[in-house]
Amino acid sequence: MSAERKIESQVSTMMAKELNGGSRGLHYEESLLWEKERSDHSGVDFPQVKNFKNRTGQTERGDIGLPQVSEPQVVRHFVRLSTLNYSIDSGFFPLGSCTMKHNPRLNERMARLPGFAHVHPLQPQQTIQGALRVMHDLQHWLATLTGLPGVCLSPAAGAHGELAGVMTIRRAHEQKGNAHKTVMLIPDSAHGTNPATAAMCGYTIRVIPTKETGRMSVEAFKEALGDGHDVAGMMVTNPNTCGLFEREIVEIADLLHKAGAYFYCDGANFNALVGRVRPADFGVDVMHINLHKTFSTPHGGGGPGSGPICVTNELAPYMPVPTVVKQGETYVLETEDMRPTTLGRLKGFHGQFGMHIRALAYMMSHGGDGLRQVSEDAVLNANYILSQLKDVYNVPFDGPCMHECLLTEKVQKEKGVSTLDIAKALVEYGFHPMTVYFPLVVQGAMLIEPTETESKDSLDRFIGVMRHIADMVETGQGDELHEYPRSTPRRRLDEVKAARFPKLRWTKE
Amino acid sequence: MRYLPQTQNARKAILDAIGVASVDDLFVDVPAKARMKGTIDLPPHMGELAVERALSAYANQNHAAGAGPFFLGAGCYYHHVPASVDYIIQRSEFLTAYTPYQPEIAQGTLTAIFEFQTFIAQLTGQDIANASMYDGATSCTEAALMAMRLTGRGRVIVGNDLHPHYWDVLKSGVRGCEQKTFKTIKDDEADVACIIVQCPDFLGQPVQYAEWRALCDALGAKLVVVINEIVSLGLLPAPSMADIVCGEAQSIGLAMGFGGPHLGFFACRTEYVRQMPGRLVGETVDADGKRAFVLTLNTREQHIRREKATSNICTNQGLCALAFTVHMGLLGEGGFKQLARINHERAGMLADALAKVPGVKVVNDTFFNEFVVELSKPSASVVDQLAAKGIIAGFALDGNRLLVAATEMTEASDIDAFCNALTEVLK
Repeated sequence: MSAERKIESQVSTMMAKELNGGSRGLHYEESLLWEKERSDHSGVDFPQVKNFKNRTGQTERGDIGLPQVSEPQVVRHFVRLSTLNYSIDSGFFPLGSCTMKHNPRLNERMARLPGFAHVHPLQPQQTIQGALRVMHDLQHWLATLTGLPGVCLSPAAGAHGELAGVMTIRRAHEQKGNAHKTVMLIPDSAHGTNPATAAMCGYTIRVIPTKETGRMSVEAFKEALGDGHDVAGMMVTNPNTCGLFEREIVEIADLLHKAGAYFYCDGANFNALVGRVRPADFGVDVMHINLHKTFSTPHGGGGPGSGPICVTNELAPYMPVPTVVKQGETYVLETEDMRPTTLGRLKGFHGQFGMHIRALAYMMSHGGDGLRQVSEDAVLNANYILSQLKDVYNVPFDGPCMHECLLTEKVQKEKGVSTLDIAKALVEYGFHPMTVYFPLVVQGAMLIEPTETESKDSLDRFIGVMRHIADMVETGQGDELHEYPRSTPRRRLDEVKAARFPKLRWTKE
Repeated sequence: MRYLPQTQNARKAILDAIGVASVDDLFVDVPAKARMKGTIDLPPHMGELAVERALSAYANQNHAAGAGPFFLGAGCYYHHVPASVDYIIQRSEFLTAYTPYQPEIAQGTLTAIFEFQTFIAQLTGQDIANASMYDGATSCTEAALMAMRLTGRGRVIVGNDLHPHYWDVLKSGVRGCEQKTFKTIKDDEADVACIIVQCPDFLGQPVQYAEWRALCDALGAKLVVVINEIVSLGLLPAPSMADIVCGEAQSIGLAMGFGGPHLGFFACRTEYVRQMPGRLVGETVDADGKRAFVLTLNTREQHIRREKATSNICTNQGLCALAFTVHMGLLGEGGFKQLARINHERAGMLADALAKVPGVKVVNDTFFNEFVVELSKPSASVVDQLAAKGIIAGFALDGNRLLVAATEMTEASDIDAFCNALTEVLK
């Protein structure tokens, strides 16, 4: 090999190496922590232990196999990973039923105040009056907004709130000698967590079919209720998962109550009602509130959330502990000794207190007047999207929607383009997709929830892209959509391989 | 109303485009009975400064751990979190991202969860771990339910001193659970799905796993180990002979935060994966053959199996798991072990100093970072008296017993102040 060729080859090897651990433009390729060059010290400096004596009664642990890198390497690693994510701060998330709205940073600052961040849940109560007051105030706001006076803040997420709510119903029936009530009524459009929760609580599920209007009808409900003797309750999302308010809900609730059953409302869609409609006024006995959705906590790539429950005075004795009560001028935690009818404790300590602060900060910022505007703008925005897309996408149900609108793939499917293709095309055009294939009651569902924190301009851009995709399908360019996304850090993934040959952790090759 | 971008003009234009006269026309489906009349009885909106002032006033009514000597543990620990952790988790792309259901634009979150799963599996000596649970107490309950599914059996035995909250949550969620001691469990008891053992137990005593393993084998039951101070795994042997290891990881990356959000973890043997609750991230490739990560084995989950799902959980503690992963990345093998040694050393210093205080007897023979002392006076009133002096003394157990903890935050001067105040109070 000539000297010239040799140098050329060395350079290209170097470039190849560079590419391997480098980037193309700003698309980073990032290795795992275990694959990085091992440093001889870690990213945290500790003092030496002076007179170490092992008093554990056991031999000291050997090699664990953890990586070891310095602070700059760790910071760069996670910053590079962060750039591979889409987030609400970078763009629009029209996720139906998920309520992805702007996350005020004030809430983050408040949760990090040392007086909140560095207090222990088991400190003497005279040293935590401020924290208990936050919980008490939040209970008051939630009770006022739902019309349901009993509030327990402890559930850790929406699904955990469902569990707390259904267990409260079960506990009430047990205490009242209604052991024969073993059935939970659930519409077929429900969130998957509803039947899973009812089953966890030992209930048999009886399904209420959705009518061609996208709603429950009194007739369908009556049929499922039967004589009501064995029915413990009904779990309903209202507005429902088709984005529609259940028109006949008041009559349905009355019939349910006459049968001695309780009405559980899944609070995932409370953003459509907050400040404008109190669930107690359409007959709800117990509901959970997703604080992270309606009252904004950043989703954090999966959590944490917080799912308090609100209940009627009748059910309040049975809900979980603890709750905060005021005795004179002192706030105290109401525990099992003080309320023996309770179903008990469902989470360690007092719930996701950090989310309680965030929710309260958000509520105070909006006030009663602002929260009413929240539901109005959320409903306005969803109906705007519906009105601008209904001529190019199939709309399965008539009438104004609430805070989310439902479209289906029907028109595009005839030309070989599915909901999944449309979702991936949105990704290619810089949007997070809507909720897809849910609710299950319509084929190829696309559930779109803009929330109140999108401007008209932002909605117009989304509508423009959705119309462009429909136009591509209409003009015979649908095949191209199967290839999308193209410009993302990764293209479509082999999900079958991931499930068939599960590799759930890094191991040494 | 600074969080609402719509202008009055835009609202008007939208109403026109929809073809309705007012927003009320969009609420026509809501029965009149359910529409709120007049204004809601809540305060009007406040500016940012006003909210900050109001909430800061609340925060200032609390006694924060940094304000004085602090010895309370009992399942929630006061540790130092490096500055980088909070900066990373506050990056918008992590903080405000959704659950990674669209993997092409969520590789950052997915990769971090895969790393979290690896860290937990390594620390617990188990094959695999999930993407996290609400907290240690709920994770423990899910472990019991999973053992019941695996064995088809209906009883759960708690074998040693389990955190009282974990026990309460277990009682609420699992029918057929009972508390027994090692001596009272007969090796011919039938229908036992699992024995739950906490290490160190609630009173701070580390546990030898071998005898528990043998007992579970004799019963045909699963061994569930609960860890609620994860730092202990840097010094104590890994519970690798357990079937399921679950617990609380708040100590790494998270503030105490008055009890939440914390970080439950859940690890087990590979063969149990399909009965495991919670989310899982797996490795695969994309259409170009590049390594990528994706949520996997979703067929166990509620959005597909509905009433037959392994649990109703549809979330994880995403951001908390990220904080843990960043902190573990910073600690690494050397740092994590050193942290455990420092915690143990400080607890040893505390035990030696307390043993010299008149009216105090150290109960534990062995401990990691927490132990019980017997006082000459009822512990509840001692705790209150010390709180009035600005010292958070520990967790008052029944009678005269007090549970105390030390961490890397515990300085020699804190221990001196504690011992002096205790001497006075016990006089």
